[in-house]
Amino acid sequence: MKFAVIVFPGSNCDLDMYHAIKDELGEEVEYVWHDEKDLSGFDGILLPGGFSYGDYLRCGAMANQSNVMSEVVKAAEAGKPVLGICNGFQVLTEAGLLPGALLRNKNLKFMCRTVELKVVNNETQFTAGYEKDEVIQIPIAHGEGNYYCDDETLARLKDNNQIVFTYATDNPNGSIEDIAGIINEKGNVLGMMPHPERAVHELVGGSDGLALFKSIVKQWRETHVSHA
Amino acid sequence: MKKVKVYVTLRESVLDPQGSAVMGALHSMDYKEVKDVRIGKFLELQIEEGTRDIDSVIKEMCEKLLANTVIEDYRYEVEEAVSK
Repeated sequence: MKFAVIVFPGSNCDLDMYHAIKDELGEEVEYVWHDEKDLSGFDGILLPGGFSYGDYLRCGAMANQSNVMSEVVKAAEAGKPVLGICNGFQVLTEAGLLPGALLRNKNLKFMCRTVELKVVNNETQFTAGYEKDEVIQIPIAHGEGNYYCDDETLARLKDNNQIVFTYATDNPNGSIEDIAGIINEKGNVLGMMPHPERAVHELVGGSDGLALFKSIVKQWRETHVSHA
Repeated sequence: MKKVKVYVTLRESVLDPQGSAVMGALHSMDYKEVKDVRIGKFLELQIEEGTRDIDSVIKEMCEKLLANTVIEDYRYEVEEAVSK
């Protein structure tokens, strides 16, 4: 399976993402600069964390106007897995691929620590490797992770089982319903504030994030690779 | 040339913790009459008049980039730009 890690000016988790895919999963991965116009050669698209365009104006707002984003939309429409982490999540909401928006943390502080995440929905291609309601340890690092959407959108998210991760204890940012990650209706675009790519090896303090990437690859192989 | 002033504010339904913190500070300075503070953004654009309708151009820019209408409202004023 071949992944693209989209790099915007100001991305800073691209290397972690690349490392997770290449060294921990042993899958193919390439960095793709934000002004590229073709993602057709990739099976999965990863939007990393960071501060694209310095978070000027709004986080993710200017990244969303990059050339590559129309290709990301195309990939999403084609049903390819698209994963946005932290700033990547913010970009996906700006692009309208996911509903809602990420606001400034309620306590106005940049939060950087490991949190307990609950896998609310394990029936997705991103979370099939977890148990339902499993609590995992994943780091966060954000100042604007306060997920917000209107009541109507929230009801829809619930009805369609689109809330994938919630903060199990101690919501760090004041997000609505403790939401940490959501998926689109079709089930191929996931956005989340916590950083699973920073939790892929015991050496860096935990490996609870690894199952997420493994789930994507497993699902892809089952769909695309015929068994002899 | 027109000078366009764009004001972007968080929607009423969205909490503004920065505004609340500023209101707290104002209250502690004894300005108890302050009942609400909302912090927003102010953008000033110089726009050359062309063939396109300036209002639709501004609205397009606001909807596509300058504001996120999921969480923000915007309004704008168009003035004659004074040449320096």
